[in-house]
Amino acid sequence: MNEPSARTYLFTGIALLAFLGLTIAAAYVNLGPLNTGVAMAISFAKGALIVLFFMHIRYSKPILWVFVGAGFFWLGIMLVLAMSDYMSRGWN
Amino acid sequence: MTTATLQAAPQPRPLTKPTYLADGKTIRSWLLTTDHKRIAILYMISITLFFFIGGAAATMMRLELLTPQGDLVTSETYNKLFTIHGVVMVWFFLIPSIPTVLGNFLVPLMIGARDVAFPKLNLASWYLFMAGGAFAVFSIITGGVDTGWTFYTPYSSTYANGHVIAMATGIFIAGFGSIATGLNFIVTIHKMRAPGLTWFRLPMFIWTIYTTSLILVLATPVLAITLTLMALERAFGVGIFNPAMGGDPLLFQHLFWFYSHPAVYIMILPGMGVVSELIPCFARKQMFGYRFVAYATVAIGVFGFLVWGHHMFVSSQSIYAGMIFSILSFAVSVPSAIKVFNWTATLYKGSIRFQTPMLYALGFVGLFTIGGLTGLFLACLAVDVHVHDTYFVIAHFHYIMVGGMVMGYLGGLHFWWPKITGRLYPERLAKLSAVTIFLGFNLTFFPQFILGYLGMPRRYPVYAPEFQVLNVFSTAGASILAVGYVLPLAYLLWSLRWGRVAGPNPWQATGLEWTTSSPPPTDNFEKTPIVTEGPYAYDAQAAEAELEAGHA
Ligand SMILES: [Cu+2]
Repeated sequence: MNEPSARTYLFTGIALLAFLGLTIAAAYVNLGPLNTGVAMAISFAKGALIVLFFMHIRYSKPILWVFVGAGFFWLGIMLVLAMSDYMSRGWN
Repeated sequence: MTTATLQAAPQPRPLTKPTYLADGKTIRSWLLTTDHKRIAILYMISITLFFFIGGAAATMMRLELLTPQGDLVTSETYNKLFTIHGVVMVWFFLIPSIPTVLGNFLVPLMIGARDVAFPKLNLASWYLFMAGGAFAVFSIITGGVDTGWTFYTPYSSTYANGHVIAMATGIFIAGFGSIATGLNFIVTIHKMRAPGLTWFRLPMFIWTIYTTSLILVLATPVLAITLTLMALERAFGVGIFNPAMGGDPLLFQHLFWFYSHPAVYIMILPGMGVVSELIPCFARKQMFGYRFVAYATVAIGVFGFLVWGHHMFVSSQSIYAGMIFSILSFAVSVPSAIKVFNWTATLYKGSIRFQTPMLYALGFVGLFTIGGLTGLFLACLAVDVHVHDTYFVIAHFHYIMVGGMVMGYLGGLHFWWPKITGRLYPERLAKLSAVTIFLGFNLTFFPQFILGYLGMPRRYPVYAPEFQVLNVFSTAGASILAVGYVLPLAYLLWSLRWGRVAGPNPWQATGLEWTTSSPPPTDNFEKTPIVTEGPYAYDAQAAEAELEAGHA
């Protein structure tokens, strides 16, 4: 397991700030139905950077990937079952 | 990490090592300890205090409900009482109880380790818990909160008076203690098992603590986020849940119950773990279907995340989502039933001894079964419309939480008390209090099933006069229950000084924790144990033969 260098942290931090700027910029442009999708994509990219570099998952053993995967899977459960309510409310 | 390093150096050692209790007598030695056993004692004292705070609120409520009029407290005070009762009992007693007291004490002992993986983090968890408790107590004594323990929006985020944010902050902080404890146990159980202690040789208690820890780590962050969003809306008017500001109140309920239904399993699974230790020991039998019980434990943990919508059947949640949640809720009863059947089958042809811990274990099985079966009524969409928000729900979850979980905690406390303190408690008195608790509990909560079925709503101090008789029964039962809870407090404290010395294994139980002295030395074991067989190597026939020889 090689530890990330200070440079890696610096670049990750700069990339996060760049995405932050993008988030703010996107908030001023009306993309119509794409608004949510774009905001989600940017925040997902930010989250991925944090998990991979700041939380060292990129440099970790497979078992930690399993635990991270389980975390996201559980998040998926929450979103899917909650959406099952929102999507089907108009059905009757 | 292991005790192997201890044997390496041939230094002269004192013949008998000091027990963990004798290893430092100052307050400082307790408040700065990283010994998992001492941290367990810190938790034990803390949650006992919280139990009596929550119990005091319940006492006031039961007294108020003696008569149909609101004559003891105002409606506003009553709202605050049930909020205190719910918040304190759920987050500061039930959730920490077995994991932090018995779990902290037993996990390293049961797996043959010297301590948990992160002893300092373990102590930090207790400080987080206490800091959270301090916020909660602060908010109680400076005026209280009247939202109920569920903090439903938009009431909590917009209209409620009182210290909602302080209370939520307390729960938020204590939650981080829970997460750290869960993480600690997961790593400990993965990395620190003694040589030969494979997953399917683990005591069932470890399986349940492991699953509980996974739930703690996966669910508690969602609670923290949900309470934060509620506080943001309340403090800064950010529209998230309040429809007047473009929010959705049901979103709060989805997020809240995504945590709070699994939290039910945080509370009950460790109780099941305790019972799974007690029944084989006092029936002197192998556990029936050990692997099935282990799988059922994990299945309960996983299924528990898929059913939260059953709290929202009448909330205007989509009926189709309601149907899905209803079916999934029925499914979660399958692994729970597997456990009950396996405990029962373990008793079959056992050499059963009705000592105090066993009385609690049998009480658990009966009461948990009633609580679980009435849960199926509630999981049924049509029936739930009738009994939703009535005393039927109150009775149902008290059968699970108090009849199940508290019985499990007390059973475990009595079983491992000789290990924790090195002393035996007076057995007759202990049996008497176990029976008192069982009777008092049923007298308190069984009438509430009927009241709920007849339509008495929860959370009101005033009720229709025809409900009075059953409410008087319930209050009478509560006072018997209170006696049953105070008795153990008295004789367990008494036993610290005057109890008979227990010896390392007073129950002739299997399990690594019984191979070391009582109370254990700070390092737990003289040398790292090596495990060569599965758990619960009891022999009922030999035990019966021994009994007969004794009587002949
Ligand atoms: Cu539930």
